[in-house]
Amino acid sequence: MIFARTERRTLRVAGGLALGTVLAFVGAATAVLLAHAGPGAGAPLLDAYIGRVARFTLLQATLSTLLSVLLAIPVARALARQRDFPGRVWIIRLSVVPLGLPALVAALGVIEIWGRQGVVNDLLGLAGLQSPVSVYGLAGILIAHVFFNLPLAARFLLAALDRIPAEYWLTSANLGMGGGAVFRLIEWPVIRRVLPGIAGLVFMLCATSFTIVLTLGGGPAATTIEVAIYQALRFDFDPERAVLLAFLQILVTASLLWLISLFGRPPEEGMTAGRAIRRFDGRGRRLPDGLVILLFTLFTAAPLAATLVSGLSADLVRLALDPLLHRALLTSLAISFASACLSLAIALPIVLVPRLAETGEAGIATRLMGRALPAVGSLILLVPPVVVATGWFLVLRTFGETGRFAPAVVTVLNALMALPFVVRVLEPAYRTHLSRTARLALSLGATGLHRLRWIDLPALKKPLLTAFAFAMALSLGDLGAVAIFGAEGFVTLPWLLFSRMASYRTADAAGIALLLGVICLLLTLPSTTAERPTESQSADA
Amino acid sequence: MPDLAIRLTDVTVRFEEKRLSFDCAIPAGAAVAVAGPSGAGKSTLFNVIAGFQAPASGDVRLLGEDMAGRDPAERPVSIIFQDNNLFAHLTIADNVGLGIDPALRLDAPARQRVFTALARVGLGGYERRLPGSLSGGERQRVALARALVRRRPILLLDEPFAALDPAMRAEMAKLLAELRDETKSTMLFITHQPEDIRRLANRVMFLEAGGILLDEPASDFLSRREPPAVAKFLGHSAL
Repeated sequence: MIFARTERRTLRVAGGLALGTVLAFVGAATAVLLAHAGPGAGAPLLDAYIGRVARFTLLQATLSTLLSVLLAIPVARALARQRDFPGRVWIIRLSVVPLGLPALVAALGVIEIWGRQGVVNDLLGLAGLQSPVSVYGLAGILIAHVFFNLPLAARFLLAALDRIPAEYWLTSANLGMGGGAVFRLIEWPVIRRVLPGIAGLVFMLCATSFTIVLTLGGGPAATTIEVAIYQALRFDFDPERAVLLAFLQILVTASLLWLISLFGRPPEEGMTAGRAIRRFDGRGRRLPDGLVILLFTLFTAAPLAATLVSGLSADLVRLALDPLLHRALLTSLAISFASACLSLAIALPIVLVPRLAETGEAGIATRLMGRALPAVGSLILLVPPVVVATGWFLVLRTFGETGRFAPAVVTVLNALMALPFVVRVLEPAYRTHLSRTARLALSLGATGLHRLRWIDLPALKKPLLTAFAFAMALSLGDLGAVAIFGAEGFVTLPWLLFSRMASYRTADAAGIALLLGVICLLLTLPSTTAERPTESQSADA
Repeated sequence: MPDLAIRLTDVTVRFEEKRLSFDCAIPAGAAVAVAGPSGAGKSTLFNVIAGFQAPASGDVRLLGEDMAGRDPAERPVSIIFQDNNLFAHLTIADNVGLGIDPALRLDAPARQRVFTALARVGLGGYERRLPGSLSGGERQRVALARALVRRRPILLLDEPFAALDPAMRAEMAKLLAELRDETKSTMLFITHQPEDIRRLANRVMFLEAGGILLDEPASDFLSRREPPAVAKFLGHSAL
């Protein structure tokens, strides 16, 4: 028994509420979509346009995944091998940054570097090449997806390589293994084990990527299902097609989730304990490894630097006085704050009720709820935000102005989007916390609010804050839900940025992107960098 | 064969917060126990000999040859750690085979040598198994089999018994003593147990605060009552 009687009752009610909220919200949207599908709706599935969209969705996701993961292997190997590389810790920290950055800001940064006026084309021009690289279309989508996912994959791989026992490297040096043998006999077996999980995660992220494709995809030739839904609703006013695409999207994500469940989850990030790692195979290849690390750093840092530079050169004073920006900032902050609160409120029963259900005296209803809640927590992976937003758009259309309800729907949607992450942060923290304190708290009679105030909150402050900050950053940077509902009176920061980009007010866009990027990184970076213990250089004498 | 297996002359190693210095001469064929409190520099001494740690100054000679600039694999040394000596995803036979060819290109005679070595350490028939299915003591014996096929004249054992229970320690020590008699190799092992010295060593090196405090025959060492660090090590501190 880890909860007192009143706590159990509260938890059951909270669990029911969380379950009901999520199911009602997603269920209503799906039901409306089903109702709209009508008879004979399957026929347009053979529609050439939809076929092309589906093919492109999978094509770009496949290529993005291949590029990200294959490039991550040499990067991770080089970083794992060159442990004394100058600034190594900072390069690893840099690779966390893209993940905390709103996709729209990253897209803008990618355009600054790879676009027509960008650094890369300037360099190519200097080299005498006439035809510039175009950042719009497949190339741009791939660059942006690799910008996000190469550092992610590299960090996962590096963590896996760093978990290899330190003695392996000493033994391999003692035995005289060459570079090829080290890769074949030590590194590859480890990489092979984590690669499917990483690839699955990256593929999922790329297949459901909305903002990148919206901003960098060039017209109907380079459109994914999510963006096609948006276009069907907002431009063609063709709900039938949107519904069809929404089901296609669910089909794609469902098969992906099924495949991922076969291949296993993405690996945990965690550092090794014990002996400091010393790599002797790194000595002979400082130069090639250094080059790989340098290129990786440039590729990751350049769009960030470009965002910073062009943001700072925008007319920031005028922007700061712009009442529209004030309103967008306030709207964004309010929505993200509310959605982070909601996300945590739903996440807590998802984390706690299964613990309650584990105990012997739990009833059948509690046990069912304990199994259903975690699944509900990741429902948004199966039914993507744009699909849910489409459903609600159709519902609310019947009540007139969709814009009036937009803030509420976007808040709930953003909360659901953050849910898988929030649960993933809180679940292990709560599990350890309960196993340490639950019995003691019960025996002392510290239950209910007392327990919350004196035992749970102080111990769980850090994971709770991390989860809250990430949920808020995710909501702040989200464009998808807003784009579907985007209405005159409802302007968030990303939406303002998007419309400035669309109307080619690039200086303004750069300034807003800088603001948005800085806010999101302020929220996400403290926790991600704090989680990494500093590597001890002390030798175990 | 030269008389001295290991000769360290004025060797110093610098870390951020401390400086270690070693000076010693170990005759070929000796069985040396390396003891001393944690942080005294035992592992660093091994790292210097094995080539994992380049000394800041001084001279390392193994079997009469200067080791400056020689990689770990180019030294006449095999090393066995307390744990993780075996690559967990490779079979027992492959783990031993790495001692013959580090890229695992093994011909039939090489495979035969692997089988013979495994049989010698009492693990015949274990060839196809993975390290995870073996006990801690069996894994250490596989590491010994690998050292056997490598045929390096100097064997360094970094707390080889620390993870083993008393019965296994005794068994492992017996096997080590037999193998040393057969191969005539020079053996150094780090230990925290006087018992291991009685069983296996004919010489003891006692380290303290980054230097070699004592280097003497095992019998002399075991009858000591001072200095305090040694008395404590031998369990006489209560007297």
